[in-house]
Amino acid sequence: MATVLVVTSGKGGVGKTTSTAALGAALAQSGQNVVVVDFDVGLRNLDLVMGAERRVVFDLINVVQGDAKLPQALIRDKRIDTLSLLPASQTRDKDALTAEGVERVIGELRERFDWVICDSPAGIERGATLAMRHADAAVVVTNPEVSSVRDSDRIIGMLDSKTAKAEKGERIEKHLLLTRYDPVRATRGEMLKTEDVLEILSIPLLGIIPESEEVLRSSNLGTPVTLGNPNSPAGRAYFEAARRLKGETLVVTVPAERKSIMGRLFGRRAVA
Amino acid sequence: MNLLSLFRRNNSAPVARERLQVLLAHERAFVGKSDLLAVLQEEIIAVIAKHVTIERDKVQITLDRGDPVSTLEIDVEIPSAAATKARRREPSMSAVAS
Repeated sequence: MATVLVVTSGKGGVGKTTSTAALGAALAQSGQNVVVVDFDVGLRNLDLVMGAERRVVFDLINVVQGDAKLPQALIRDKRIDTLSLLPASQTRDKDALTAEGVERVIGELRERFDWVICDSPAGIERGATLAMRHADAAVVVTNPEVSSVRDSDRIIGMLDSKTAKAEKGERIEKHLLLTRYDPVRATRGEMLKTEDVLEILSIPLLGIIPESEEVLRSSNLGTPVTLGNPNSPAGRAYFEAARRLKGETLVVTVPAERKSIMGRLFGRRAVA
Repeated sequence: MNLLSLFRRNNSAPVARERLQVLLAHERAFVGKSDLLAVLQEEIIAVIAKHVTIERDKVQITLDRGDPVSTLEIDVEIPSAAATKARRREPSMSAVAS
């Protein structure tokens, strides 16, 4: 039985695409059949973060409108053969996504994969509502910062009212993924703590992704962090989050950088 | 500046947390509904306008969404009946909604 997962946030730039790629790659490495679907029509980026930008021929809109068959549009990852990408269109706009078309495509994806991970665009417009429409579960990506938390709260409200599951009176499973977290600044009282965000949003915690240079490095290289650097703090945090998605119970920790003694002595990073 | 303020300077997280809690309590309550305070504001002004001519730019509205009460203050300038253009300022009218 496939699980349709939407990765959403309301606010832009919090790490939805990075998290979609990292979680998708982590699940696929554990042997699951995974497809990551880019819903950001007109501003696609999942292809770039996955390193498949030069292999896009057909896209989600082509499949939704019946101009291409699903297998023609799916791009199989070259590194993990259980991972596929369905890219968004770069030239069309969001109105090209129809509710019926999206429902049909998600239905077809459900038959082929164990996990259908929908990367939502920012905002609360058509692209975002269609990305969450057929989800069984949601990952709400949030930064420990006021505007991100407020937008996440709004998105949680939409997940509880605007999804197909919610309309049938069922509950959609929601998970909080706290990204760009800096435990040192949180301890100093400069940044919202995990407990603060959890108390405000009151949905269960899927994981804490520490602010990490590895995340930027991964997108530079077009390799999800769980594939390119699985032992980095961010990589480990995403792997643990993926295991929790599969139903495992693990204590949530903030993975720390493994520093050498010299690193500890001289390791104060410059803040740009 | 004393020693204590040196330590306290960066403690902005508790402020963020409190602001969010108050704001979201309101936003959740009003999702899908019209804002009670906005409705009150419109209706109160309509009632006053029924009896006296008021100019929209002579109406000052301040809103403070707080916890446990919110205040909506409507300050209306009502021109005096005197033929002179001098305007008398009426005591402000305040409506309080929780």
